Amino acid sequence: MTQRRVVVIDDHDMFRAGVRSEIGASVEIVGEGADVESAVKAIAGTEPDVVLLDVHLPGGGGIEVMKQVHQRHPDIKFLALSVSDAAEDVIGVIRAGARGYVTKNISGTELVDAIGRVADGDAVFSPRLAGFVLDAFSGAIDIASVDEDLDRLSQREREVLRLIARGYAYKEVARELFISVKTVETHVSSVLRKLQLSNRHELTRWATDRRLV
Amino acid sequence: MTQPAAAAPPGGPPAPGGPVGGPHAQYGPQAQYGVPGSQQQPGAEPPPIRRAYRRTDGRVLSGVAGGIADHLNVSDTVVRLVFIGATVFGGFGVLIYAALWFLMPLEVSTGPNAPGLAAATRSGMRPETPVPPLHSAHKERRKEKNRGQLTAFAVVAVGVLLLLNVAGLGVAGKMFWPLVFAGTGLALIWRQADEGQRNAWVGKAPTLGALFGKGGWKSVIRVTVGLILLGTAVTVFLVQNGRLSQVGDVLVALLLAVVGIGVIAGPWVHRLSRDLNNERGERIRSQERADMAAHLHDSVLQTLALIQKQANDPRAVVRLARAQERDLRSWLYDEDDTTDQTLSGAAKRAAAEVEDSHGVPVEVVTVGDCELTEGLSAMVRAARESMVNAAKHSGADKIDVFVEVDGDRAEMFVRDRGKGFDPDGVPEDRLGLRHSVMGRMERHGGRASVRSNPETGTEVRLEMDR
Repeated sequence: MTQRRVVVIDDHDMFRAGVRSEIGASVEIVGEGADVESAVKAIAGTEPDVVLLDVHLPGGGGIEVMKQVHQRHPDIKFLALSVSDAAEDVIGVIRAGARGYVTKNISGTELVDAIGRVADGDAVFSPRLAGFVLDAFSGAIDIASVDEDLDRLSQREREVLRLIARGYAYKEVARELFISVKTVETHVSSVLRKLQLSNRHELTRWATDRRLV
Repeated sequence: MTQPAAAAPPGGPPAPGGPVGGPHAQYGPQAQYGVPGSQQQPGAEPPPIRRAYRRTDGRVLSGVAGGIADHLNVSDTVVRLVFIGATVFGGFGVLIYAALWFLMPLEVSTGPNAPGLAAATRSGMRPETPVPPLHSAHKERRKEKNRGQLTAFAVVAVGVLLLLNVAGLGVAGKMFWPLVFAGTGLALIWRQADEGQRNAWVGKAPTLGALFGKGGWKSVIRVTVGLILLGTAVTVFLVQNGRLSQVGDVLVALLLAVVGIGVIAGPWVHRLSRDLNNERGERIRSQERADMAAHLHDSVLQTLALIQKQANDPRAVVRLARAQERDLRSWLYDEDDTTDQTLSGAAKRAAAEVEDSHGVPVEVVTVGDCELTEGLSAMVRAARESMVNAAKHSGADKIDVFVEVDGDRAEMFVRDRGKGFDPDGVPEDRLGLRHSVMGRMERHGGRASVRSNPETGTEVRLEMDR
């Protein structure tokens, strides 16, 4: 298998060095960036498979990086990597186009796994993100305005998310529900799509309600 | 060393801290967070000077009586009775009250804030979005209170009039109406100045016109009516003394004098107020920095020192780092302290306790939330027992806890990827699982089930109707 080409964006040198030493053997790290400007430049210059993106960045944050890169390179995939627990940040970065969200205390092998999954076009949900999504999609919605396709999670998707929130890996979810790992990935990608495209006003309101300031 | 500015006066009334911790000690409660193991320095700073403030909440007239009551730690009714007594016998009460109104500063209310997010936003690390604060319920209460205050004003006014009448202080005839008008006008203007001052604390600093604050048209009307009443008083006085013809001259002279003073002093006053605002902004910023530094010192630096000391014990290092991370996270991101009242709060606290005492990371994910009833707190205790079991016996390096409230049902899952065990093979005398988990859930009308096998580890499922 060819190595994935990865760019690491984080404003802390120490953290980038740490990531490099932890996953540098399994993936090819082709570039780094410390703020929005250098990140966009590094990504445009190397056109990697996956960008590991910090949510909080000088110059407008990770969301700004995605906005600028997406216009010219819509096929580059982003995996958000952050210490922030704020629901607003997590949901915000996913809705801006990231294919997944993991926290910085993730282990090296898990991170390599996640990078591979994102590069293949699948989504990566940590237990916390799964919890946030379940929370955001719960609650009643005005029936008239429901776009059945986007505004609701199917029973199956809900089950998958609940298991992920309980700490199950995709493989374990598949075994638990008697479905294939591929099917689990399909469900998760579908949830990600809904999360990105739904106009569900609850999503915004929910994130605002969780605002801390 | 910078010190926490918000050390509340021990045992004192809910009056604000001293002048230092005053208006903007927003991080009060958080500043006392500490690392487990780090001790507070006893008596490192002198207690702040206690000052009396007029109340902003729960005041009848202007908050003087309430403020004194708070300061002296007695009931405000007593203070009010003393004032009334002093007014009836000798009439000093009114004078003292007016003097105190003038001299005592307004109390300042403080609100909580989440410095971490605000800081990240300020330095451009997060996308900027405006905050829509909602205070509708607040407004409602303000309105009610205002009506009460209005009544109090009317009563006081009538009282003063009666007093003057009884005392026969020139009320007979000429002086009566001018006095009434002037008194009412002054009261209105003073009242507005109060409002302006409070708004200045609550909102941004007004550049000019502390009088109007941010009260909008209402404040303008108040001041205008006040001025008109004062003018009427003067006019009536002049008319009664037959000197109306001189009013024109006097007004022109007055106007000229005012304009002259304005021209001379205007730029200076403007600059003064601007400097004051700048200075205040600077002070607020430095206070925030001091609070932040204090918190970092008490928690993060202490932990780092402890970690260096225990560098040869990886378990202890991990435990310290986790505890510190949790503490800092709750300081930065947690909205409020509802730990004791909600299911998710209680679950998080239980997880933190287990993490601290057994050194195994516990990740908690919650969906939905509800009030912590007796049954639910039993469920949290059962979950805690399961976490302890997992930490002690499973050998797993991480425990996942999932809490979900859906409709009328609450569920908790405690999962580890450890070596598992045979649930049926647990001996009768082992209290942990059978008694503390299963039995406790059944006693409170809930259900518990355990799944365990050597490959996937153990998962305890707890379920209870709310």
